[in-house]
Amino acid sequence: MAILEILKVPDPRLKQVSEPVSEFDDVLQAFIDDLEEARQDGPAAVGIAAPQVGMFKRIVIIDCSGTRKPVPNHGHLILVNPEITHWEGYEPGREGCLSVPDYTGNVIRATHIKLSALDRHGEPLEFEMEGYEARAAQHEIDHLDGMLFIDRVVSRRTDLFQRKVYQKGGKRKKG
Amino acid sequence: MSDKWQMLTLIGKDAPGIVAAVTSALADSGVSLGETSMLRLGGNFTVMMMVSGGADEARLRELLGPVIEARGMCLHVDPIDAHLHEHLVPNVQVTVSGADRVGIVAQVTAALAEGGFNILDLDSDVAGSADEPVYILLITGIATEPVEAIERRLEPLRADGVSVNVTPIETYIG
Ligand SMILES: [Zn+2]
Repeated sequence: MAILEILKVPDPRLKQVSEPVSEFDDVLQAFIDDLEEARQDGPAAVGIAAPQVGMFKRIVIIDCSGTRKPVPNHGHLILVNPEITHWEGYEPGREGCLSVPDYTGNVIRATHIKLSALDRHGEPLEFEMEGYEARAAQHEIDHLDGMLFIDRVVSRRTDLFQRKVYQKGGKRKKG
Repeated sequence: MSDKWQMLTLIGKDAPGIVAAVTSALADSGVSLGETSMLRLGGNFTVMMMVSGGADEARLRELLGPVIEARGMCLHVDPIDAHLHEHLVPNVQVTVSGADRVGIVAQVTAALAEGGFNILDLDSDVAGSADEPVYILLITGIATEPVEAIERRLEPLRADGVSVNVTPIETYIG
């Protein structure tokens, strides 16, 4: 079938709050497959949220396993009715969005989160996420609440250096 | 948009309301803005704006005349070959800080240029105090070589006691 079309700003539907999923039927399974297809079709897309294709249900897909430098991640995740139950730390990082073409900007996100969700069949999931993957989950869950990253973008001038200063101690170990 | 663009540069003593005064004068005459950047540098208001809408330099000077005169600002206008929707996404960030001395920016950017680093954005500032000024430099851009290679290029600065951090930027798209 044709690939689902991505809603783009300033489409007011992107501001809509999505409804929880209650039926884990064949219709849902087919939609999730279509959503995955749309994600893979998006240029360099790591994640996608159902409302970005005009389906106002609380479903997101993320896959942080393909970064240039590997980051801690749980692979390909389909998260239904995801909920962040715990936030910790914060740092700015660069984001872009399939729904906001030709723009990237810095957004402050929690560095560590705990998240509960259901899988595509309604089975419960629990994750602890950090860094890039935590950012992915927060960006996509924002979509479910009608929030875009451009609503949270911060000035490049003020924040990036602070981040380096704060992280200086721990950061070097990784490299 | 196939409109002709002018790059308008305005400099003056900073005061509240300058941006509003300038942009209103332009908007009222149908001049539209493209990408712009406004910064406060050493207590001065500075702005560079891509403007379009058919106004040439003479017309822009006429439109902004009252604001410029009232606030004692300098205006500079250049016709430019410009396009919107051509953003490049940086993949590396370099931050440098150290005791202020002549030539830090030159030294850092020369080392980066040798490795083919394309600087998209550079901010530098002087923090600290008049007695002990600290130079802070923030660069984002596109590197074609690994972060480790850039680190090696900047190593001589570290030996000089300058703090250098090179971090990959992994832009999240979703
Ligand atoms: Zn998005």
